[in-house]
Amino acid sequence: MDLSKASFWGYRRENGRIGVRNHVIILPVDDLSNAAAQAVENNIKGTLALAHPYGRLQFGADLELHFRTLIGTGANPNVAAAVVIGIEDGWAQRVADGIAKTGKRVSYFGIEGHGDLETVKRASQVAKEYVQWASELRREERPLKDLWVSTKCGESDTTSGIGANPCVGNAFDKLYPHGVTLVFGETTELTGGEHLVAARCRNDAVRKKFQAMFDRYQEVINRHKTSDLSESQPTKGNIAGGLTTIEEKALGNIQKIGRQCLVDGVLDKAEMPTGPGLWFMDSSSAAAEMVTLCAASGYVVHFFPTGQCNVIGNPILPVIKICANPRTVRLMADHIDVDVSGITRRELNMDQAGDKLLECMFRTANGRLTAAEALGHREFVLTRLYESA
Amino acid sequence: MIHFVVHEEGDGVGVVVVEGVRAGQHLAGWIMEENRDVEVVAKNDIPIGHKLALRDYRDGDTIIKYGVDIGRVLKPIAKGEHVHVHNLKTKRW
Repeated sequence: MDLSKASFWGYRRENGRIGVRNHVIILPVDDLSNAAAQAVENNIKGTLALAHPYGRLQFGADLELHFRTLIGTGANPNVAAAVVIGIEDGWAQRVADGIAKTGKRVSYFGIEGHGDLETVKRASQVAKEYVQWASELRREERPLKDLWVSTKCGESDTTSGIGANPCVGNAFDKLYPHGVTLVFGETTELTGGEHLVAARCRNDAVRKKFQAMFDRYQEVINRHKTSDLSESQPTKGNIAGGLTTIEEKALGNIQKIGRQCLVDGVLDKAEMPTGPGLWFMDSSSAAAEMVTLCAASGYVVHFFPTGQCNVIGNPILPVIKICANPRTVRLMADHIDVDVSGITRRELNMDQAGDKLLECMFRTANGRLTAAEALGHREFVLTRLYESA
Repeated sequence: MIHFVVHEEGDGVGVVVVEGVRAGQHLAGWIMEENRDVEVVAKNDIPIGHKLALRDYRDGDTIIKYGVDIGRVLKPIAKGEHVHVHNLKTKRW
């Protein structure tokens, strides 16, 4: 596929970033505000409430990550405007101020002193204005380099390493030379293949940072483990699908970064990349956590290769499912966007599989709903670093 | 028709990519990287996605897949046998 003149149709946001969706989100700062946020979503059609269970008595780095994730989600160019609701004004304003730095429309409401009903009324009035305003925004044609693409695999099996993951790797190798901003992560899921990622780092400085992130996560595992993590990493689903050890799973996972692109930099969780290229994000390998972090870092399309078929989606980030397992594509076809099971029958080569994924990527970026979007999968899962105070 | 796939020459296991493989069945394999054919007789019933040994292993041996160490053999494995959590274990964690 010749990508030298490739383009897509997206929404240009106030800060120059390009989104491929046009959501108006209702963003609770904390668990207590979910009810009000969901009531606004129910009142105003075309809005999306992002309920989650956290945001109270967090502190230190864990609280910073909470804010970074919420602000990053609101700042994501797939979001046209945001209404923030918190139990009190202070933290709600902090989140809204962070989102406002993008120049986009955002308002915040604190529930204390007003109650749910009054808050829902005031927030609904603003949400209605936003959704009507957003409905008149039009897509414009943009060069491929304006697209940010993330990847994370899930419920992998041995066919992930044979077909679905190298298919993503092939697509990444094709996107990378065109200045697309890419990311992968899943720190513990590189265990046994970390030397291969280290070897792909652009220079020693990046390699050193990557290694420090990898080593830190290994210490977390070693400090808390009560077994060899069998049934957790690999998961029971991975094992049912034929994956035996973390090393085998990791080597399949790493196929997602292709054979040519270099790791240009590393990111903390929900940190925004500062330029094009392939980034590594220090992150959990749990699907919804990692995809939520990708959305919070500003990515607008996600490649999700799967073997046994993790059904995950995300509220604001379209998740494209790629599968090479002939049994899974037969049994769970409604979840699969790109069927590359032909690889296992020697009918489809990797170049063709990569092109098939890129074709789906352009259609998705231009507005086609993914299977996960059509099925209503909106998993929004915040990563926690430790206990609340 | 191929029954199993091997990532690259030198790997000690292949992955079954069809459903219903039975013990005693003659299996056709494809080594992807070198685009070469290989054959093995299955010694067990092996589910789709699961591995079979391409050579004999002794207790304590290392199994190579993708050209890299994927773990330690727990008990002897014969060529054509099912390889999984009952006879292969991580060296990490």
